[in-house]
Amino acid sequence: MRRLALTLALILLAGGLEPAAAERLVVSLSNHRVAVTSSFVGEDLVLFGTIEPDSAKTALRPPYNLVVTVTGPRQTLRTRRKERVLGIWVNVDSREFVRVPSYLAVLSNRAVGEIAHPDVLRRLQVGLDNYLLPQRIGPDIADTVSNDPFRAAFVRLENQNGLYRQSGTAVTFLTPTVFRVAIPVPANVATGNYAIDVKLFADGAMVARTNTALEVIKAGFEQYVADAAREYGLRYGLVTSLMALLIGWFGSVVFRRD
Amino acid sequence: MQIYLPIADLPVNIFLVLGMGLAVGFISGMFGIGGGFLMTPLLIFIGISPAVSVASVSSHIAASSFTGAINYWRKGALDIGLAMMLLSAGIVGTATGVWLFTYLRTVDQLDLMIGLSYVTLLTAVGAMMIYESVRAEIRTRKGMPATLRRPGSHTWLHGLPFKLRFKRSKIYVSAIPVWAIGFIIGFVGAIMGIGGGFLLVPMLIYFLRVPTATVIGTSMVLTLVTMASATVMHAATNHLVDAVLALILMVGGVIGAQFGARTGQKMRGERLRLLLGLLVFAVGLRFAYELVVKPDDLFSLRHVGTE
Repeated sequence: MRRLALTLALILLAGGLEPAAAERLVVSLSNHRVAVTSSFVGEDLVLFGTIEPDSAKTALRPPYNLVVTVTGPRQTLRTRRKERVLGIWVNVDSREFVRVPSYLAVLSNRAVGEIAHPDVLRRLQVGLDNYLLPQRIGPDIADTVSNDPFRAAFVRLENQNGLYRQSGTAVTFLTPTVFRVAIPVPANVATGNYAIDVKLFADGAMVARTNTALEVIKAGFEQYVADAAREYGLRYGLVTSLMALLIGWFGSVVFRRD
Repeated sequence: MQIYLPIADLPVNIFLVLGMGLAVGFISGMFGIGGGFLMTPLLIFIGISPAVSVASVSSHIAASSFTGAINYWRKGALDIGLAMMLLSAGIVGTATGVWLFTYLRTVDQLDLMIGLSYVTLLTAVGAMMIYESVRAEIRTRKGMPATLRRPGSHTWLHGLPFKLRFKRSKIYVSAIPVWAIGFIIGFVGAIMGIGGGFLLVPMLIYFLRVPTATVIGTSMVLTLVTMASATVMHAATNHLVDAVLALILMVGGVIGAQFGARTGQKMRGERLRLLLGLLVFAVGLRFAYELVVKPDDLFSLRHVGTE
């Protein structure tokens, strides 16, 4: 019995060490800070990286597959479903998605389904279908199967907004070990911290993983207005009203005809 | 040229929004209304959420009605006493409206409520205006005076207690219908993002028999104060007023209104009312169509909170 446990521990140890001993990912992001200004219409960031042997003796084993998952600040959203009631379309049912990423991009060099076994992808939360999107269902908070109507609608709507995306062409291998990733940052992204998780696959198994981050901030006037509206609602309203009066008065003076 | 709206959280074309402000301003100047019932749907149409549209338009209407009110003030066509009485109830109506707005937003029925209010109010008021002006038109054709003057004609409203005399408008009416009208205007204004001018003017004429000379100026004062307070309340409770959006709309609106007013003065009153009636009715039908026809997408998203 003791010998069995020892062998098992040895196998696990060997299994755990083996991938880490082989490859290492080195990545660099073109820009760690995206500033949302009054002329912001979206931006494309570029992530460069190389796959390096962890020590001089280990050999690389291409071809590699790469999956980059970018997640934005968490937020809670409600998905509502309309139904016809007395001839008109009314929201009758809703499901809350609790603390889900406001932005979720799964970028890879080929379709995620071809990279690894579905079980592996599910365990590593790779792909929009496998990423955990907790919903409030009654008193519980849990994710559902990927074809649940509310989950599917949620992902579809976020996809239409450009905030949830999955692309099998966003990662380009320049050489078998040097890659470039195009990360789209649409105009409607939320401000906050974004996590970039880079996973390297070889032969259907994850062999290396690294992460980096980026920050989206509102800058200048936009920042000021948004902060004022949130923090000092009453004063902000009074100032807006005053501005209205001023412009109204100005109009009557400029166009005065008598 | 794209400009990023800080509260609506999306970029819009500045010239498109300015153009919308001009167009709606033109119509509002022409008919002597705020134009909120046109502006709010237009903003929703270009992708701004109904809640932000309603809240931001209120400040736009405040600006254009202030311009109008100053012009009428100079002509002495303003009944301050009547406006103050309407206002005292209007503010209460606005506060109730903002409260209901906040509540409906939490239960996901705000968009429906906005849609339903638009359909009911606009089709009803539009149909009434069309009917009235067509009848007046027919009477003119027959060679009779366009409007039936009914001096001293009293309805049951005139039998109510707490009577007050409004010198400028030369009317002697109970405070109850005045308060009721003020409350309704403040209430629907806050919920629908409209100043309610197109509702208030007919109400003042038909129910209180306010003469045409003072009715528009007085209605503008009420619109101004209810919309300015709606702006403050929406900003304080829902944080939804987009000042950048409002500013662009205001500039367009104030300029457009001046040209609209010139065009409007060249037209006959009945013709003008018929046109406005048709416009109001058409917008109402547009909303009815949206409620009745199956939407492209049965699902929709709403932000509950950000971390």
